Amino acid sequence: MSQFASITLMQNDDARPVIESIIADNPGVRVLPFHGAVKLDCEGKITVNRASVEERLGRPWNLQEIHLVLISMAGNLDEDDDAFTLSWHH
Amino acid sequence: MTVQIKTIDLEPKRHTFGHIARRMGEDKPVSRYLEATLDVQATDNFHYKPLWEPEFWHYDLGKSAVKMADWYKPLDPRQYYYATYNIARANMQQAVDRNFTFVEDRNLLGKASAAGRDALARGLLPLRHLHWGSNMNMSEACQRGYGTAVTAPCIFSAMDHLGMAQIISRTGLIMDGQTGTSLDAAKETWLNDPIWQETRRLIEDTFVERDWFHLYVAQALGVNAVLFGMMYRGADAAWGDAAMPVALLTEFMTDWLTEEGRWSDAVIKTVAAESDENKALISGWAKTWIGRATAAGKTLSAALLNDGGAAAEAAGAAALKKAASLGLAV
Repeated sequence: MSQFASITLMQNDDARPVIESIIADNPGVRVLPFHGAVKLDCEGKITVNRASVEERLGRPWNLQEIHLVLISMAGNLDEDDDAFTLSWHH
Repeated sequence: MTVQIKTIDLEPKRHTFGHIARRMGEDKPVSRYLEATLDVQATDNFHYKPLWEPEFWHYDLGKSAVKMADWYKPLDPRQYYYATYNIARANMQQAVDRNFTFVEDRNLLGKASAAGRDALARGLLPLRHLHWGSNMNMSEACQRGYGTAVTAPCIFSAMDHLGMAQIISRTGLIMDGQTGTSLDAAKETWLNDPIWQETRRLIEDTFVERDWFHLYVAQALGVNAVLFGMMYRGADAAWGDAAMPVALLTEFMTDWLTEEGRWSDAVIKTVAAESDENKALISGWAKTWIGRATAAGKTLSAALLNDGGAAAEAAGAAALKKAASLGLAV
């Protein structure tokens, strides 16, 4: 059975580049807008790439800054300096 | 009794300003940078034609020979508008203040040899005048330029040069016990010492350049890339045993050169890519000013580094290579 890996971020100026890069980098992502929040679901796996966020942000971005806008997530987390990946390992 | 809490989903009528939505083609939220930049400058309905230059309006596309269909195309990759610029610079200034405290507390400049201090007095302190000239140039590019996308970062850059001139002044004040005598002497050096005269001639020649984008290219690829690049990145050997404190005190400049380069490279690349005419014009300007800056830098590096001008030639070659990577025929 397939499962959604999911991440929920605040809907604000700081999170917008992150949201946009998730949408660009994860084909098939489902975007669910809520009050002040966005839930992003993707089949199997969802990734935030540092490089794509930096490209949209115009400055160096530390992946740990994601915690300033992160509300919730679902999946097993695999993170390093360049990518933040949620997936379900069966 | 039960209380039922209901939520209503209120969809905002607009996600951004009308002029931004028209430009983006859809009404979706965009960054503060774009909202503070796109189409901000007035384009029509000016009331009085300037008397001092009656052939132009205040904002006039004719003030440069290069032509752009849209002057909001050369955006700033750093996405600076007032707030982000100030936050970034405030952070850099904190590091500057910490470095000054470090150098002053340990009396690092006082402990340097007389030869090292003399080299600073002759080679580093006069740079405040070059920064002041660069401040004039970027202010000029801001006031004669077209489109907020380019002109706003130009005035930021002008302020950066003032800040860097102040850093150098503070370095001088540490050396002369806060009396200012070293700065008076540095002005005499700037005005009379033969090693500085080519550099002074170059910056004074840029003051009378009326084409603002020509001036921009001269400043970015000539003055910044070659002269400041050589002095802040390639001149450590000139300061002798004062090199370490100087590296600390001028850390802002080396960081700034990299950061400013990202912006000016993007602007020049975009404007040159617009048309073959633009490319030809900018290539000519780049060649002229990189050449002049290299020649002026050679006098400096030969005298300060005793290298026969090798540091200036290296900085000039790096600037030419950078220009070529921006799509210019140099």
